[in-house]
Amino acid sequence: MATRYETVMARKGEIMKRALGMDYAEFERSPIAFDYEGMMGAHGYTLEQIRGIQRAAGVGGTPLLELRNITDLVRSYAEPGYGARIFVKDEAANMAGSFKDRRASMSIHVAAEKGFAGVIAATSGNYGAAVASQAARAGLACIICQETFDSRHVGQPEIVEKSRLCEAFGAEVIQMTVGPELFFHMLELLDATGYLSASLYSPFGVSGIESLGAELAEEMIALTGAPPTHVVCTHAGGGNTTGTARGLKRVGARTEIISASVDLSGLHMASDTDFNRKSFTTGHTGFGVPFATWPDRADVPRNAARSLRYMDRYLTVTQGEVFYVTEALSKLEGLERGPSGNTAMAAAMSLARELPSDATVVVQETEYTGAGKHHWSQLAFARAQGVEVRAGDPTENVPGKAIVIPERPEQIHAVEADLGKMHRSYVRNALKHAGEGYVPTPEDLVFMAEDTNTTPATIEEIVAELKAV
Amino acid sequence: MTDEFRCAPGDWVEIEYVLLEPAERATGLPEDTAAQPLRAWVKGFARSAGMIGDSVEVETMSGRVVGGHLSAISPGYTHTFGTPPPQLASIGRDLRARVTAYRAEAVDGESVPSHVPGVVGPEAGE
Repeated sequence: MATRYETVMARKGEIMKRALGMDYAEFERSPIAFDYEGMMGAHGYTLEQIRGIQRAAGVGGTPLLELRNITDLVRSYAEPGYGARIFVKDEAANMAGSFKDRRASMSIHVAAEKGFAGVIAATSGNYGAAVASQAARAGLACIICQETFDSRHVGQPEIVEKSRLCEAFGAEVIQMTVGPELFFHMLELLDATGYLSASLYSPFGVSGIESLGAELAEEMIALTGAPPTHVVCTHAGGGNTTGTARGLKRVGARTEIISASVDLSGLHMASDTDFNRKSFTTGHTGFGVPFATWPDRADVPRNAARSLRYMDRYLTVTQGEVFYVTEALSKLEGLERGPSGNTAMAAAMSLARELPSDATVVVQETEYTGAGKHHWSQLAFARAQGVEVRAGDPTENVPGKAIVIPERPEQIHAVEADLGKMHRSYVRNALKHAGEGYVPTPEDLVFMAEDTNTTPATIEEIVAELKAV
Repeated sequence: MTDEFRCAPGDWVEIEYVLLEPAERATGLPEDTAAQPLRAWVKGFARSAGMIGDSVEVETMSGRVVGGHLSAISPGYTHTFGTPPPQLASIGRDLRARVTAYRAEAVDGESVPSHVPGVVGPEAGE
């Protein structure tokens, strides 16, 4: 007899079709290719309309701040003539405390417009608070499914804080123990309630981030006379990189896009014992790498967040480096934020050191902090879970075992991820999901080239290489 | 009557329930996760009186009626800022001193960096 899990999962397609508010089937071209731009544009909103919707929702228009003290700190140890100017877009100034308000405002707008009585989202992060806040304003019911506890009922304090904020905004929060079956329960709830699935990865949500890229380009032009030379995005599921880069392109900015994640290699994302040893709930490689190399693992048929299309570089930093930079940002700039959102800040300090002093680096988001989320709270929790916390050489940081806080800012050194390896991994995943024996067509090669920002010839080489193995 | 252990109808409470027993869980989970049931907690208004551990129903904020075991009455939040990690304590002092020293050198030194904002150089004039 089929279990409750199997019964619900067997009905996934039918439940999602109603709950997504759009039909993805019309964009499918082959087992590999689909019409990405067609899907992104299907909601019909222009960037100006999106900005209008967000203004009405109280979202966006956050301050862009130059970090003169952090910049001078980096210049104090950079080679003469080096040390780019560092700026930050203070997205924590959004109502629910992060750039996720931009995504949520669009999901909620669509839900209200299409006549849904409520929304459901599966998220343990800031997005839940953003959806709850926007749903409250729109008078919609809201259910947030969260992976909160390990099997001992010990909650990761940052996620517990997120539960609190969602509940503060009147959402029903379902707190669960560790496991990917969170998605199964979301399906059950979507089926029972008839609400919209306010996925992080819908075209509505990701389009909502384009305003962030456009805003920061315009603000940098006003401040410095030109769009930024570099933008660093904390990278997890890929929406932040994708939406920001699309927004920058829309206003004609030719900016280098750098994605950044905290290195959590060695920790298993679905493990009950590893769950409370991560010290970061997002912005880490545990999401960043799998979502970049296989975006369609998301809770939508086709993920609108496709980060390999847009990232020029992918940098990783250690947990200790991010905690150090979080403290530095607070003490030097009067900006108490993060820590997860400061992943890009740590990478930016490393990047700025290698760039000439006339380069401009924008860290495109901050997130609110507070009890539970705060870096002190994360470090106290890590210690309580048996993770060693010490000062020293950050290259000795071992996720889940030792958090090593740098002793000097010179020690902050982001590591360049191998994008070529990620492209190969992407192609391998695409072929695997297309099915045994499927031979990619020329159209598939073009699609995969666009999806990885490479060329069809490169993809063809990778396909041949994989066949030979 | 409401206290730490008993709720009255209409009280704001939390219930706990099992979504999937270990045998019903998805395949391919790490062993440590697969060995545990998938449990859930939700808050709502109690539909009846009950003691901690009793089977009760709640009406949630979205209006759903959910059944489970009563796990908390007037559930609150106890997460904190933690204690100051000693490894972070001196960062502010040390980095402020470094920035001050760098700027002093930029003003007094022989080779004045052109890029000190607010002191000299083209960027100072925005």
